[in-house]
Amino acid sequence: MENKTNQHTNPADFEVRSLDTMCVNESELKHPWYYNLKYSLVGVIFGIVFIKAEIISWFRIQEMFRLQSFHMYGVIGTAVVVGAISVFLIKKFKVKTIHGEEITFTDKKFNKGQIIGGLTFGLGWALTGACPGPLFAQVGSGAIVILVVILSATAGTWVYGKFRDQLPH
Amino acid sequence: METITQPWPWYTAGIIIGLIVPALLILGNKHFGISANLRHACAVCLPSNIPFFKYDWRKETWNFFFVGGILVGGIISTLYLGSGEAVIVHPDLAQELASYGITDYSGMVPAQLFSFESLFTVRGLVMMVGGGFLVGFGARYAGGCTSGHAIMGLSDLQWPSLVATICFMIGGFIMANFILPFILHL
Repeated sequence: MENKTNQHTNPADFEVRSLDTMCVNESELKHPWYYNLKYSLVGVIFGIVFIKAEIISWFRIQEMFRLQSFHMYGVIGTAVVVGAISVFLIKKFKVKTIHGEEITFTDKKFNKGQIIGGLTFGLGWALTGACPGPLFAQVGSGAIVILVVILSATAGTWVYGKFRDQLPH
Repeated sequence: METITQPWPWYTAGIIIGLIVPALLILGNKHFGISANLRHACAVCLPSNIPFFKYDWRKETWNFFFVGGILVGGIISTLYLGSGEAVIVHPDLAQELASYGITDYSGMVPAQLFSFESLFTVRGLVMMVGGGFLVGFGARYAGGCTSGHAIMGLSDLQWPSLVATICFMIGGFIMANFILPFILHL
């Protein structure tokens, strides 16, 4: 699917940005900053679910990787099914955003990073017992020390950016 | 109220998390992804002329609002919606963890591993600083984390996301079963 809203941007820039989970399909509309609070509201719901379903629990992640519990597989599996049905319906009925803009999707391109980076991420995930989303909910739950983990993860991101050209992709 | 304060079952959580995908799309054509925030943070604070961090991060501010919400959700849930009960884990895991001296299940995060005191031990340093670094480095190298690849990518039937998700799981299995026992012994 062609992304019409991006034709005015630099193609190289689009290429780089589309390799990541960045918003390559940026909005043409200009809204005041507080329009972003709608995303905060979604985040609040997400954070509550994280805690209430114990998804941010280090113990639940350890159980998952030891095949001792179905819980996390059930959560992720159900989320993917619901997400996939939603994306299918959005595409089929060409659903627009609440501001009337087109909803666009970008195909992800395969590169070695998904393997090497994926394995690296997995090693870290089992250590910290949290992927990036839960880290923020853990801080919210009162584990202030997790800010150190977030800071270190940001450092890891920076180091990747610094040595990106030397790494196999 | 009882239903809310008890831990929620996997299907409730799965359905709500799955619905975040269309919610973000419909609210403003945004693709679900968390780890990109770490990149935006680099772009804001320390771009250092690195091409990877030189982009207009102001277009991505929605994502900062999103994670800010996650943090607030964590606070609300802990303060007002909690049952205060300890996490119940598989007996085999409890037995294994007890052999490393981990017996406190009162928090979502084991206080005996993740605390400011343990930050000054080798074990704590490896787990928090080392683990965090691997998460940040790996997520960006893979082009996304659990949200961007395992949930958003798989929902959009992107096969590179399936590769990434499988690798996340393999890495996790290797760490939890073969490497973590040595680290916990430190």
